Amino acid sequence: MAIFIDLLLNALVVGILLGGFYAALSIGLAITFGLLDVVNIAHPTILILGAFVAFVLNSQVGIDPILAGLIATPFFYGFGWLIYQLYYNSFEKSGETDSLRGLAFFFGLLFIIEVGLIIQFGVDHRLVEAPYIGESANIVLGEEIDVAIPYRLLVAFVVATIATLAIRAYLTKTFFGRAVRAVAQDMMALRLMGVDPIKVKRIAFAMGVATAGIGGALMIIVLPIEPSVGRLYIGNVFAIVVLGGLGSISGTLVAAIIIGVAESLVSTFFGPSWAPAVSFGILLLVLAVRPEGLFGKTAGGH
Amino acid sequence: MRYLFEIVCLLLLVLAFVATQVIGNQFVFFVGFVILQYVVMATAWNILGGYAGYVNFGSAGFLAVGAYTSVALINFLGVGLVEQFVFGGIIAGLLGLGTGYLTLRLRGVYFAIATLALAIILETIVAHWGYVGGAAGTSILPARKPELLGVLVVDRKAGVFANYKEFLFFLMAGVAIGSVWVARWIERSKLGRGLNAIKDSEEAAECMGVPTLRLKLIATTISGAMMGVAGAPLASYLTFIDPLSAFNLEYAVNAIAMPMIGGTVSWVGPVIGAVLLGGAQQWASLFISSELNLLIVGVLLVIFVIIAPGGIVGWFKKSR
Repeated sequence: MAIFIDLLLNALVVGILLGGFYAALSIGLAITFGLLDVVNIAHPTILILGAFVAFVLNSQVGIDPILAGLIATPFFYGFGWLIYQLYYNSFEKSGETDSLRGLAFFFGLLFIIEVGLIIQFGVDHRLVEAPYIGESANIVLGEEIDVAIPYRLLVAFVVATIATLAIRAYLTKTFFGRAVRAVAQDMMALRLMGVDPIKVKRIAFAMGVATAGIGGALMIIVLPIEPSVGRLYIGNVFAIVVLGGLGSISGTLVAAIIIGVAESLVSTFFGPSWAPAVSFGILLLVLAVRPEGLFGKTAGGH
Repeated sequence: MRYLFEIVCLLLLVLAFVATQVIGNQFVFFVGFVILQYVVMATAWNILGGYAGYVNFGSAGFLAVGAYTSVALINFLGVGLVEQFVFGGIIAGLLGLGTGYLTLRLRGVYFAIATLALAIILETIVAHWGYVGGAAGTSILPARKPELLGVLVVDRKAGVFANYKEFLFFLMAGVAIGSVWVARWIERSKLGRGLNAIKDSEEAAECMGVPTLRLKLIATTISGAMMGVAGAPLASYLTFIDPLSAFNLEYAVNAIAMPMIGGTVSWVGPVIGAVLLGGAQQWASLFISSELNLLIVGVLLVIFVIIAPGGIVGWFKKSR
């Protein structure tokens, strides 16, 4: 029994930490997909790109991966700016809402980035070095019950939570943040208010992609990365964003922790190889039963 | 001529048969099989994606279900190739029917993401199913001297085909021609017009009395079954199969890219796309590197959705 409680507690703690980390990976998609209705299916692969930037800066220059992520963030902002410009000119400008072509566009982008990384770095798993990687804190709670908290997960959790809360504050408290949320609700009204909705969308999309700078760095802190693992994160991030209610930042955080705990429990009691089925399973279930997510108000499936 | 298309189909099939008897270079059949498989995949994808506007991201899942149905049947009953095609199609068709019910609530991108999720869940399940090899995969050795209706099919001296590569090539040629025929038939039938109406506006179609759910279910079932048939001989063709290669997202991106590049409006588009893109990829993976062929697909897909929404077919229509 003690062993069971021990396993359960450890799984819960790791799951919550993992959830915070997943929130940082999903927040960008919550903005681009949830608020702007741009289905950036390449988001996980852009995160991998961020992870490789952190890897290069860490292994070549020797700076801390989190600092590397912060340095990379403005560049990812620029990258996102360019992607949206291309997307807008190709698909949104003409007025016809052919979202399927947009989806194919991002699907193609996913493969371009992934293969680019494979050609440059190969398919080996890469990792970064930092003082907090590899050690863990042991908290003894009783006889045969102690909770191990890996510092790498703790660091990821803390940074992710700060980033998520900062974005949430930005979106709810500032004028521009409110404009972004207004774009999601009523573009016409925004235009009548004298705000250029395209400019707002462009900046917001770039912000969403910019999160890949820091998110990617956290990714490679938490576990070794190779270019094609991005595909597996499609399940995680989309499950979280849809479950969180498309664009609700607090909802995203809660959904991320739900997914993190579910994955951690399944990994502990059934084996880690079942983990991918958890997020994709939850995603499928949510889509089939409640597409508007746990916290969404509008009907989904449009 | 009323049956011109059917006659051309038959001639092509005869041509494929003659090729297996005349051409000695096995490489032709090796590459030909892959391209024909992609013709089936692209055509199948287009029935749902091009005609009805429902994008399937999980094509690899259907293909792999066909492939693993064969593996299970080989292990269980030791069935021959023709039965593998039939059962691969049936099981993947049933899966297609299941995904059809998803369209009840999911449209557009939500449907696309759901199909991707489905494929990955299936992959995880197959990877844990030891009977068909689990995550490590399994080897499949084709029967030594298979007979069909009393005729020795594959044998170096006395068989109709000298080896399995030629036999598989011929079977896949038949499947590809059959798929294109079905796609063309759908396009010209009431079913195709109904699916087009769904693509334009599902609500409007519903209001006009189009039985949208029934049509969608038929489309997902046919599309799924075709993909299953395309995947059924995969294990015999490679003589080895594992979940990672069978469920490879490469199949999914190709199944989308080929019709998009060729043109999604008619059956011609996927065929052109599959032949051009499949050929280019085979060429690239042979002479340059196997990573590069995915890069080609990605770049072409992005370029075509941006500058040529109608694909190659749309291009020609415009210039005329």
